[in-house]
Amino acid sequence: MSMSTSRIARAVAAKDLRIELRSRVVTNQVLPFSGLVMVMFAFALDNDDVLQRVAGGLVWLATLFSLFMLVQRTFAVETYDGALDSLRVAGVNPQGIFLGKSFALFVQLLVLESVLFVAAVVLYRVNVNGSGVVLLVTCVLCATAGLAFVGTLYGGLTAGARGRETLLPLLLLPVVAPVLICATRATESAFRSGGVTVGEGWPWVGVLAVFAAVFGLGGLLSFGSLIEE
Amino acid sequence: MSAHSVINFVDAVAVYNGYPALAGVTLSVERNEIVLLQGPNGAGKSTLLRACAGLMPVIRGTAHVLGYDLTVDRESVRERVGLLGHQNGLFGELTIAENVSFWSTVVGASAEERTSAMERMAIDGKLAERRVSELSAGQKRRCALACLVVRRAELWLLDEPHAGLDAKGRDEIDRIVKEAAASGATVVVASHEIERAQQLATRTVSLIAGQVRESQ
Amino acid sequence: MNTETQTFTGVGTPATRLYGLMAIVALGWVLLGGLFFTPEDAVQGDAVRIMYVHVPTAWIAYLAFIVTGVASACWMIGKKHSIGFDRVAGASAEVGVLFMAMTLLSGSLWGRITWGTFWVWDPRLTTTAFLFVTYIGYLAVRGLGGTAHQRARRSSVIALLAVLEIPLVHFSVVMWRSLHQRATVLSPDGDIKMDGIMLFTLLCGVFGFSVLFAWLVSHRQRIMAMKDAQQTTAIDVAVTERLKEAQS
Repeated sequence: MSMSTSRIARAVAAKDLRIELRSRVVTNQVLPFSGLVMVMFAFALDNDDVLQRVAGGLVWLATLFSLFMLVQRTFAVETYDGALDSLRVAGVNPQGIFLGKSFALFVQLLVLESVLFVAAVVLYRVNVNGSGVVLLVTCVLCATAGLAFVGTLYGGLTAGARGRETLLPLLLLPVVAPVLICATRATESAFRSGGVTVGEGWPWVGVLAVFAAVFGLGGLLSFGSLIEE
Repeated sequence: MSAHSVINFVDAVAVYNGYPALAGVTLSVERNEIVLLQGPNGAGKSTLLRACAGLMPVIRGTAHVLGYDLTVDRESVRERVGLLGHQNGLFGELTIAENVSFWSTVVGASAEERTSAMERMAIDGKLAERRVSELSAGQKRRCALACLVVRRAELWLLDEPHAGLDAKGRDEIDRIVKEAAASGATVVVASHEIERAQQLATRTVSLIAGQVRESQ
Repeated sequence: MNTETQTFTGVGTPATRLYGLMAIVALGWVLLGGLFFTPEDAVQGDAVRIMYVHVPTAWIAYLAFIVTGVASACWMIGKKHSIGFDRVAGASAEVGVLFMAMTLLSGSLWGRITWGTFWVWDPRLTTTAFLFVTYIGYLAVRGLGGTAHQRARRSSVIALLAVLEIPLVHFSVVMWRSLHQRATVLSPDGDIKMDGIMLFTLLCGVFGFSVLFAWLVSHRQRIMAMKDAQQTTAIDVAVTERLKEAQS
């Protein structure tokens, strides 16, 4: 009576997104937090030219800070009433759970990043046009896929037992460093900050795509082991 | 103890954080039995149920459930076993119907099975549309049982299913358990409700300090 | 299931004593030679002496990482899931973290003397810093508790994910730093032309630290084996006590 991975993934993703739509934790808590972070950056850096120059990096930094909240939220939903345990006991295919939760996290991250990019345009006065937009969109999709896979994977390990949630930043930050480096460079190309051309951004997007592929596959293979007790 | 025992533990030891929650359990459960597991708090009833579900590692002795050797592989058995623990495993922001629908999708149950599960739990249309977070403990329990029923498990493991329910709720649990056994499942119920459960169970097993004391 | 019963009297064996001795001799030479008998470098002056420590510890840091990865893979692939592999992985990670810290420290000091700054975003140094933090995370995951099998399963997955992650980190940092290419590429690790007694001392260092690594890992994983055996005994005792409790 085992179900196909894709059906499980779809059910899990739909469930997560429906819960978010009802509870509005991302829209009411995480988005305002990330917006505030963008404002705080302006307070700290206090220089319009600098802000415009580093806007790409700030957007991705704010994304990473919010990533922890999103990951913890997506697993809090499971552990609150022991649902993750029940999923394990039911013998539900962990790969399906991994793909479903990654997709839901991907969608939430995209919403978050859209808001952050708008904030960057407004607060830091960057602008994007033409081929820059194509680069930016591709960069965002690849980077977000990587973050969603990695967040779900390590989030699964640190969910549940007390004293584990604090492990999440320690484990996650080194792993997402390549995403930060590459996404920032690609975004700066898209914004044409500091004279960088759009063409120079594409190699970075290539690395982001490799990252997403590696951790998508790695996650599929290892998620089951990491949520196991 | 026959070759077709559903549960067959011999001197099983399960440890949690260095503490032997099960300190040598010898237990045999046959098909279609309804076994009441009783014992004081801390005796290891929950651990025993979790061990049967393959959630806790058994580090000593033998432990076979539905023919699977749990000391070697505790994951394959899970598809055929249903556990209702202290928590319900529900999603608070979703309605009962959505919860049951989710569980039936991930275990591959059909729409008819889903409807029938809700009927067996006496969940009518109006109740099904309410969010789980707004329900009483008894209603949540029934929802959790509906999610369990939809899995068509061969072995049901219920940890204090009567807890927090009124008399009517408890009667319904008993009815559901009897129906499950009648349709071929084996049920192990851990409960403090001694008098009630003795009407319900075919056999009572006492668990004290991680071992089975007596079996009637 | 098997209960291992092993008797331990000490963690040293003739083999470990032998290579312990070799490590002392080699590192003794590095200490004396590095400080006194080797000449200063034409370009770097006395700062080059740090290289006798920095280069070997950097090499060992990466070796430890590889050993942990390979041992984790061996644990995973073997049907018996022999716990010895997991112990080696854990011991190598612990010792590796030590060597990574030494690498970062010595590299940092070298930078202070040569360039005037404690840190520079050199790709290898930066990747070592990431390796360091990643392995601290790995050791934290090892400390999460559970049976030896549970610990081994989780840790081996995390170690293999780290094997995937570190090259990606390194590659990204290399690409990143190539944007800021300096004219004089004087890095703490390569491009040092050494010969004669300097090269000999460097190789002594590599040999000595490698043997030291092997010595430390052997002892550490034996201590882990003892600890696991102790845990098994503790469970036996706890079970017996619990049985008594039931009878009272």
